[in-house]
Amino acid sequence: MITIEKLTKKYGSFTAVDDISLHVPSGTLYGFLGPNGAGKTTTLRMIAGILRPTSGRIRLGGHDVADNPMAAKAKLGFIPDRPFVYEKLTGAEFLRFVAGLYGQDGQLVERRIDELLEVFELSTWKNELVESYSHGMRQKLIISSALIHRPELIVVDEPMVGLDPRAARLLKDLFRGFVSRGGTVFMSTHTLEIAEALCDRIAIIQGGKIVAAGTMAELKSQHAAGDVGLEDLFLRLTGGEAAKELQAVLEA
Amino acid sequence: MSQPTLTHVLQPKWRTALTRMRQERESGGRGKLLVLATVGLIFWAAVFGVLFRVLGYFKGVEEIGALLAGKLLSLVLLSFVSVLLLSNVITALSSFFLAKDLDLLVSSPVDGLRLYLAKLGETLVHSSWMVALMAVPIFAAYGIVYQGGWLFGPFAMLAFLPLLVLPAVVGSTVTMILVNVFPARRTRDLLSIIALGAAAGVILIFRIVRPEQLARPEGFQNLLDFIAVLRTPTSPFLPSEWVTKSVMSYLSGPLDWLPVYLLWSTAAVFVTGGVWVYGHLYHTGFTKAQEGAERFVRGGFWNWSLGAALRPLGAARREFVLKDLRLFFRDTTQWSQLILLAALLVVYLFNIKALPLFRGEQVPFFLVSVVSFLNLGLAGFVLAAIAARFIFPAVSLEGRQMWLLRSSPLELRAMLWAKYWVGTVPLLVLALAITVLTNVLLKASPFMMAVGVGTILLLTLAISAMALAFGALYPQFETENAAQIPTSFGGLVFMMATIALLALVIVIESVPVYRYLSASFEQQPLTVTPLMVGSFALAAAVCITATIVPLKIGLRRMEEFEF
Repeated sequence: MITIEKLTKKYGSFTAVDDISLHVPSGTLYGFLGPNGAGKTTTLRMIAGILRPTSGRIRLGGHDVADNPMAAKAKLGFIPDRPFVYEKLTGAEFLRFVAGLYGQDGQLVERRIDELLEVFELSTWKNELVESYSHGMRQKLIISSALIHRPELIVVDEPMVGLDPRAARLLKDLFRGFVSRGGTVFMSTHTLEIAEALCDRIAIIQGGKIVAAGTMAELKSQHAAGDVGLEDLFLRLTGGEAAKELQAVLEA
Repeated sequence: MSQPTLTHVLQPKWRTALTRMRQERESGGRGKLLVLATVGLIFWAAVFGVLFRVLGYFKGVEEIGALLAGKLLSLVLLSFVSVLLLSNVITALSSFFLAKDLDLLVSSPVDGLRLYLAKLGETLVHSSWMVALMAVPIFAAYGIVYQGGWLFGPFAMLAFLPLLVLPAVVGSTVTMILVNVFPARRTRDLLSIIALGAAAGVILIFRIVRPEQLARPEGFQNLLDFIAVLRTPTSPFLPSEWVTKSVMSYLSGPLDWLPVYLLWSTAAVFVTGGVWVYGHLYHTGFTKAQEGAERFVRGGFWNWSLGAALRPLGAARREFVLKDLRLFFRDTTQWSQLILLAALLVVYLFNIKALPLFRGEQVPFFLVSVVSFLNLGLAGFVLAAIAARFIFPAVSLEGRQMWLLRSSPLELRAMLWAKYWVGTVPLLVLALAITVLTNVLLKASPFMMAVGVGTILLLTLAISAMALAFGALYPQFETENAAQIPTSFGGLVFMMATIALLALVIVIESVPVYRYLSASFEQQPLTVTPLMVGSFALAAAVCITATIVPLKIGLRRMEEFEF
């Protein structure tokens, strides 16, 4: 569903993403892990067509994001990590607006809005301005907006931030259900337990480069990790030994 | 625990300012600085020049010259105090209750005194810098005309500084009380309406009393009464009066230090009082400011009817237009500016009506036509100012939501299209209304009416396109307040570019208009020459180019945005 070829993004002399290639097959839930500043968000924003790569190609469902952006983006639902939405629109108006961006309107959209708000327990807030929503409610509204046009692919940056346990569980179920019906999810996260429990495949990015990619079993065998969990594997691959020194610092 | 110094509490503010300046310098901001400095200097020179002449004239008037100069200064300072009071009330609301750094500051173990002084200083600087800059050429003119010597500068500063402190303390105290009564966001809405309503009212009243009549000699009935009025201060308890007294006593002697003591001691007492009010009211107010976001919306009928009217546009464009209209009318700080706009328009039309053109029996046809033609430039300027306020910020305001627009299959062309027409249609209605009404009031000929309507139509299309394009070329994505966006460097460049366009079009059209006027003056029939047709065609071509090229450049710039 997503094919990334030799993707590079530079900000001046700083290389945020360095010549990465990745293939995300349809019907998979793909986890994208990495420490802070590793290049996860930059990669996701390039996939969503928000940032332009310095070099390299991205294809979504066979459509090149640079050459045929409309067709590529029509398949996509993007959920950013910082939920900035129009404060002076109501939840329903925001969803209607997003559906309009994908060329959809009418009764089908209205029904879909009601369904999504119901699922995310926002029905009673439907006609209230977004400025009165809490952080978690905004996040739920944005997730709804990414689903409003029935995308084939969801690209999501840190989905669990700000969600209460009920909503987090709901989202996990939703992603699994979406994938089981043939959809694809490409998700960056810091929550390794979620990645381990949820994802079919995982890629780890460090310093702008992919340092490991594959299923959990493949990662373990590639790195002779034996029977360790994702957290230990992650720390080993991303130079997380420093974390172990934390205890010493705290106790000093 | 030892408390941090005030400089330390304010560190993020001044460090941010310094970094911003450094970044500007590094990114080749020299040209920008030069433009800003030139415009600032021209403005200063103009204020100084006018005042220098007026004061020079006053100085030549026996007996009452110094009195007149003092009265003028007290009026100027009084207007400064009123402006400062209003702007401090509004600024204090942001700096004391809505600023993003408050969570950090309020949760840290910094005592109330330091927090209050830091926030008071911030409010003072933000709301008073423009007035302080404006005061420089004014005091310079007084100092030079009355030969105040080089010590006058520091003395004027000594007298003027407390006049900035007092409105800041009063303004922030009023805000603290208001926030304790209403929620902060409601207070902001309320204040913006009250402030703009008050400003509009003052402008209207000032214009409708026709101050120009006071300048006529027949207006004075008794010279002695006039002098008596001049000698009486507006109110002996007004700090602006103290500043006037100290400045005029310095300039025309004998020097009186009492007003300076009064100013500084009052400022000290007020700040102490402010600290007390802060200690008692701030926490309750700050807590209230965290609540009270608006929840309910109205306007179902408009949503329904507009939605139906815009149906032919297709889902994406329709929803975009509807979204822009909703955001505008639900944001009080945005739509309330329309009150001021309406007042300015009434004044504009009133000025045209009040022009002394129709005094004699015979209507001076030549004069009417010239005024009608030059009015195009003035109307164009008014439209440019409105476009700068409402259309220029359009792209910047999308900044934070650009993730949504860029990740959806919406073409940027459609977004630009929606933004262009949402801004242009009301501007066009306004432009045509101004032109037709002024020409009717002037009793202009059908030829002048046609020239006026045709030109303003094309100019409006171009001005609107330029506002949108310059907004895309100089975006301010981090600014949350739409009202601040037009005062940026990009806003200034847009205004300068628009003035150049207006001048160009007027110069081109002056050729056929001159021919028309001379033919009418010589009472000969007007013959249409190729030069006339060519001039109108050239003016139209200039306007159309100024519409299409900026839109294309704006679109290309938007495609390059990265977030």
